[in-house]
Amino acid sequence: MSIAATTENKPAAPAIETIKIKVDGKEIAVPKTMPDPISGKPIPTTMIQACALATIDVPHYCYHPKLPVAGNCRMCLVEFGTPAMGPDRKPVMNPDGTPKIAKSPRPAIACATPVSPGMEIYTTTPAVKQMREGVLEFLLINHPLDCPICDQAGECKLQEYSVDYGQATSRFVEEKVHKPKRVDLGPRIVLDDERCILCTRCIRFSKDIVGDDALGIVNRGSYNTLSAYPGKAFDNNYTLNTVDICPVGALTSKDFRFKMRVWFLKETKSVCTSCATGCSIVIGSREEKIYRYEPRENDAVNSTWMCDYGRLNYKWINREDRLTDVKIGQAQTTWSNVLKQIADKLAKAQSGSVAIVASARQTTEELFLLAKLAKKFNAITDSIPRTGEGDKLLLSTDRNPNSNGAKLTGIASAQMGANLPKIAEGIRNGSIKTLIVFGEDMTKHGIGADLLGKLDNLIVSDILPNKTTEAATYLLPGCAHAEKRGSFVNGKGRVQRFLKAIEPRGEARPEWEFLHELVHNVTGQNGYATIEGLFNQMAKEIPAFNGVTWAALGDTGVTIQI
Amino acid sequence: MIVKREKLSFWERLYLPAIVGGLKVTMRHFFSKKITMQYPEEKWVVPPGYRGAPYLVKDQEDRTKCVSCQLCEFVCPPKAIKITPPGPAGSPEAGNVEKAPKEFEINMLRCIFCGYCQEVCPEEAIFLMQDYSLTGTNRKEMIYNKEKLLSLGGVHQDKIQKWKRKADEAKEQGITP
Repeated sequence: MSIAATTENKPAAPAIETIKIKVDGKEIAVPKTMPDPISGKPIPTTMIQACALATIDVPHYCYHPKLPVAGNCRMCLVEFGTPAMGPDRKPVMNPDGTPKIAKSPRPAIACATPVSPGMEIYTTTPAVKQMREGVLEFLLINHPLDCPICDQAGECKLQEYSVDYGQATSRFVEEKVHKPKRVDLGPRIVLDDERCILCTRCIRFSKDIVGDDALGIVNRGSYNTLSAYPGKAFDNNYTLNTVDICPVGALTSKDFRFKMRVWFLKETKSVCTSCATGCSIVIGSREEKIYRYEPRENDAVNSTWMCDYGRLNYKWINREDRLTDVKIGQAQTTWSNVLKQIADKLAKAQSGSVAIVASARQTTEELFLLAKLAKKFNAITDSIPRTGEGDKLLLSTDRNPNSNGAKLTGIASAQMGANLPKIAEGIRNGSIKTLIVFGEDMTKHGIGADLLGKLDNLIVSDILPNKTTEAATYLLPGCAHAEKRGSFVNGKGRVQRFLKAIEPRGEARPEWEFLHELVHNVTGQNGYATIEGLFNQMAKEIPAFNGVTWAALGDTGVTIQI
Repeated sequence: MIVKREKLSFWERLYLPAIVGGLKVTMRHFFSKKITMQYPEEKWVVPPGYRGAPYLVKDQEDRTKCVSCQLCEFVCPPKAIKITPPGPAGSPEAGNVEKAPKEFEINMLRCIFCGYCQEVCPEEAIFLMQDYSLTGTNRKEMIYNKEKLLSLGGVHQDKIQKWKRKADEAKEQGITP
């Protein structure tokens, strides 16, 4: 394992030629070219990108930094000027020696106009304001006043820009054009055509990012209607991203529809746990209930997208049958009691008589603590591989979010799952008396209820009930990732941290908390009682982490060599 | 600071003149027009614009006007309102409105009768009415649910009926609303 840790999102690019421009009088050097969002080839920097670099906001609907430019909404119209040229093809100078700027008589759309040296962009002139007001008025002509029943309300660009540039009353006296509502576009999407402002972001996303050319616009003029290809369902694994990028409430998620208004949702930065890609997400929760996952921008992992499979895989956290009680056998008990009893039992355990099966869905910190326990007893350990069909965009064939964490901490064998038959054999011949299981149902992985019955101690921590938790001598209710903090190492070696969105259920406690106590009781080693301290200790002890700190992980993580 | 106590005069020390003075006031009020109201047998006339208890209303076509936008829940300073949205299936009975609250609760013990809910409502679905005396024998009874709020609120004559107009317009254009 070579040792290198970087905090950059992208590999260092070769030096790019910059050009100097002015945005609203603010001078800024911008790269002459920027990578094309699809092909990655350098293409000339546009005015909207330059304005973004100058931290000046230009309203827009159809432009999206990760999609090809369409230039159809006209909201990003700005005024600009370029250095004036004399008949001798030399720049004309002002009396004070500055170049004379020839203001363009016409505005230009900032999203599709490249910048040129010496260009000046004006985004706050009365004309620009009037243009924005005009464009908005046109967009609102046929837009229904649906805000009270529209799921987008609160995160709607049309609402936001209406506050900034809209009129209090409409001048439109004719009837609005009505279009189909509640169109079933696919298994996860409902389309409200009346609300669509025809920005074509969803079409470009489906065609250019996913490669599923399923959407298009039919009919003409005011009757333009977004539609799926006749007879074809819009059902690829990335459809719900179109709901995110839809600037209005036209595309709505069947899952989230009418469930909660977005302004109530507490947003917590987290990581998707459905596969080894580990997309950065935002968890939307209210009153200890999770309502949705949304992708969060992380260019090193998922750009701004996530798959539908991962996005909808949150409902188990809200399940009613979650494990909430600490148990010894069938009797309810307290944490202090159970941890003391386990520590006493383990103190008597002979070297080699303990086996640990930890899930590669556990956080790296928890696996690190389990590895400490394993070391103390010279225990045989492993994790359980979990695979599924992958795709070329985001979904990985490895469905464990932390396979690399399990490997780095030494919990998983090099060929994950290879030790499981050995553990089964050990239980069968009586050499293994204690089995510690975290987050897995062993009865599905070669260690049936009969074998579990042979054990002296079966210490189980899980989130949901299963055959193994039923057989447990000691049952420790654990937390979903949304209920604790921790980190995962994704398939490409990106270490990402996630934060706590909701409180654990009942008596459940984050695994790393009680493992910290258990390791202390059993091994006598002092550890850290905070996740920050624990992570930093782990990063020092495991060479691959190269001493990266919890704080350095930031929102988007750090890539390590694996 | 010490305030010197004035000595009472002989007339003041007599005591009886003060009693007579007091009785004079009593007698004047005894024979004048009475201003005390015999509540609860007698009720006062609630003035227009009075902010009483907030109730939900239906329109003249028996549609629950609330569309579950939850703005009142958001704006409510004492967090007295709790709305359960209809969920992904929407409210089929609501027609082209699509949404209606699955449950709507106002905790009248929490409500401070500020009227923000009425002010923020984009659908004219909640009004502060004239009820000022809300009683119950336990706390649970004071949490009014949707049925109770609707039955107390009654009918609001909606002059605009924007949803109906929308549906009619769409039908005219050959679109199923």
